[in-house]
Parts: sequence; C-alpha cells; structure tokens
Amino acid sequence: MGALHSSPDDAAAKAFEIKGGLFPLTVLRLLKDNIEEASRQIEELLRKAPDFFTGAPVIIDLKPIENARGTDLTGLITLLQRHSLVPIGVRNGTDQQRQQATAAGLALLPYGDGAKLRSIPEDRGKSRGHKGLSMSRIVSRPVRSGQQIYAAGTDLIVLAAVNAGAEVLADGSIHVYGPLRGRALAGIGGQVEARIFCRSLEAEVIAIAGVYRVLEEPDAQFAGQQVQVYLSQGSLMIESV
Amino acid sequence: MATIIVVTSGKGGVGKTTTSAAFAMGLALRGHRTAIIDFDVGLRNLDLIMGCERRVVYDFVNVINGEANLNQALIKDKRVDELYILPASQTRNKDALTSEGVNKVLSELFERGFEYIVCDSPAGIEHGAFIALYFADEALIVTNPEVSSVRDSDRILGILASKSRRAENGAEPIKEHLLVTRYDPSRVNSGDMLAMEDITDILGIPILGVIPECPSVLQASNSGVPVILEDSSRAGQAYTDIVGRFLGENLPHRFTTPEKRGFLKRLFR
Repeated sequence: MGALHSSPDDAAAKAFEIKGGLFPLTVLRLLKDNIEEASRQIEELLRKAPDFFTGAPVIIDLKPIENARGTDLTGLITLLQRHSLVPIGVRNGTDQQRQQATAAGLALLPYGDGAKLRSIPEDRGKSRGHKGLSMSRIVSRPVRSGQQIYAAGTDLIVLAAVNAGAEVLADGSIHVYGPLRGRALAGIGGQVEARIFCRSLEAEVIAIAGVYRVLEEPDAQFAGQQVQVYLSQGSLMIESV
Repeated sequence: MATIIVVTSGKGGVGKTTTSAAFAMGLALRGHRTAIIDFDVGLRNLDLIMGCERRVVYDFVNVINGEANLNQALIKDKRVDELYILPASQTRNKDALTSEGVNKVLSELFERGFEYIVCDSPAGIEHGAFIALYFADEALIVTNPEVSSVRDSDRILGILASKSRRAENGAEPIKEHLLVTRYDPSRVNSGDMLAMEDITDILGIPILGVIPECPSVLQASNSGVPVILEDSSRAGQAYTDIVGRFLGENLPHRFTTPEKRGFLKRLFR
C-alpha cells in the first residue's frame, strides 16, 4: 500500500518556478532616423551573413534618435521580422516611441547606456569606480563532481579544487587556485578576451568563447602546471605562467 | 541535543552498512546512547549485519506512518546497552520516507536522550540517500581506494554541501569525515590501488581512518556480528581507532603500510 500513496513531498512538488537569468542579446542601435536607409544596410549585412542573425532576439536601442520626431518604429519592427530577427524589447527612446513599442508587443527595458556593457579591455584598466563594474564571483569550497557553478556577467574565482566531473562557467575569466580537474568554460557569452588561469592544469575540457579543447590525454607539457589559457586568432593557447 | 551522523558514499558495496554497524556499536561500547537507523528501505541489510533480523516486527516506515510507535520498532542490542536499531522495511519503497516523517522520528529519538543517531544511507543519489543525509550534523564518507568510488564520494560531498538541511538553512556546514575501506597497502605499493594521500588530495576532507582489507569483515557480516567486536581482527581494531578519533582522541593511523611477512610465508608465497 505504501507504493500507492504518493508522499506529501510529491503532492507539494511545484509545477513551475520563476528564476532570473542573464542572456547575451544582440542590441540594434539606430543611429539615424531613417528606416529606409537602415533597411538597405541591414539587407546588405544579411546578404553577407545570411544565417548569422536568423532567429536572434534583438533589443532596439533608441538612444541616438531620441530627439527625432515621428520615428516609424512599427515599420522597423516589421523590417526586422521580415529578415528573421526577433525584436523583443526597446531601451531608451521617447514616450511616444515607447508607446509604439508597447503597441507592437515589445518589452520596455530600463533606461541605460548599452555601450557601458561592452567595455573594451583598454577601458578596464582606467575604469576605477566604473559603474559597469560587477564583482567577481568567489567560491571558496571545492567544486565537486556533478556541481556546476556559473559566474554570470563576471569572472569566477575558485579558491579550492574543481574536481573531475564538475563544471565551472563564467562570462568573464576563470581563476582556479586549487587543481583544475573538471571542465572550465570561460567567456561563454562569446567574450574572446576571457582567459582561464589555474594553478594545476588537470582539466577534462577547457573552452573560451566556445572554442574548446578536450584534454583526453593530459598534455604532457602542461599537465599539473600553472598555466593560463587564452584565445589567439581563434585558437586556444596554453602557456605556463 | 543528539548528533546525527550519516554514513554515505554514493557508490554501493563500499562498506556503508558494515561501517554504520561497527561505528554505532563502538559509540555504544563507550557508553554513548546510540541509535542506528537503516534508510535502505526495500533493501534492508542492517538488521542482518547487526544479527537481529529475526527480532524485526515493526520498522522505520511503520513508525513514520503511525502504524507503530517508536518503542515497538526500536530493537535493543543484546550485546551492549545503549545501542538501539531501527530497521528498514523490506516491503516498501523509499518514497515512504517523507521528510516530515523522518524529522518526527529523529525528534522523538532526541527526546529519549539519544546522544548519537547513525543514519545508514542507501547507495545512489536518489530520494533515499537524500533523505538520509538531509538532517545530518556530521557525515562519514565511505570510499574504496579506486577511482569510481572516489568520484561518487565527491558527488555526495557536493550534495552534502548544497542539499542538506544545514546548507538550506545557511547553518554551519556538515562536518565531513573520510573513511577509506578495503585498503590494501601492498596493492597500493604496486600501483593497483589509490593511496590514502591520493584520495585525500582529490576529496580534500580530513581522513578519519583507514580500514584494511580483511577477511574478518565478511565473516562478521555473515554471522551478524559488527566487526568492531572482533578484537583480534585488523578491521575491528581500525574501527575502534576510528571511534576514538571521532570522539577526539589523537591516535596514529594503523594498517596503512604493507604487513611484514614472516620467513615461512615469504617462502611459500
């Protein structure tokens, strides 16, 4: 009979959960209030890379044309959809522009300067007190087999071992001060400047911005070494430090 | 307040039940009021190893479902005072263990003045193993000196650190102790087995003790006697050391180097 009764645990099981998430999105910044010209240029871009943007979610940033009057936002949305892009929201813009966006079923994102999100490395050194600074995620306990740790939008620093079967991911760089035995994936949002630093390289897989290497036979030259891993012209480089 | 100790491993057949029985018996031998609970519902073994399978009338699941009270289900050990066994059900499945039910039984054991509650976890990382470790204050991680066992122990340590009640409440983490069983120093030397140091290096937790590979373990299991009662056996002595260390004594590790063979043994090898 015990098997027939579902336990209270089962009955209380949630049918859904709401979680926050950070996703890399394409931002389309309209630099001129000229839909025809934008349309022509977008078509030209898509001719060069036909599949690159297919189905890509797009945020339209209206900041540069905030002073323009009577922007045909609805026309722009139709244009994007015709080219298989999926406009999902707008940021900045005038009240009138934002009303058009809402009417077209787009989300209104908070006002802000998108450019700050894409700070280039040269900026980082000088960026004392930079508003876009997000603190590294620091993990001080071992990351064990079956665990996955993701540092969203920032660097990941692990002060203990990352064991075999564990996975550490970061949008930024990854630093591991114990042995790195599991999988380390840096720059998973496509940040090619991301790097992996570790005190002892014993990893199963390392990857930066989607370029990965399976260390099936631990690279004799670097096994157990203190190394950094970075991308150079699209290929993964391992170098002792 | 009682201390709840889970004996767990992830992998099966590494010696969880043997360890639970020996460890609980060792605590009771030192006068600590100890209960040992078999969480392996559906595959109960603890009562066999404790030699009380013929005395099981009511079990853990009966108590959870209110079909029996704790007094009816607890089996008092005949060899030592202060040791009680709460057997698992053989005819149910692990879903019968609800967290409210287990919590209720544990609270009742607290009220009865038990100092230590040893939870013998089933193998795997399914519901039974989760519920066995959920309420723990300390954990004995049982590992064999081979890679798959160490990997599974690592997985269990990750679960202890994230899915236990202490982790969920943000309390002090579960205190973890490593126990390496079936250790054969001569095979370690020949490279067939992982060395103690390799295991602690991977798992990164303090080692409470090493149980040598020893025929007495199987003999004791088959005759329903916790191996710690076999004074002359090496495994029994190793378990006695482990209980001592757990209670704060500073004892050197034994049985971690190959046994010296006598002249005749070497001759006839």
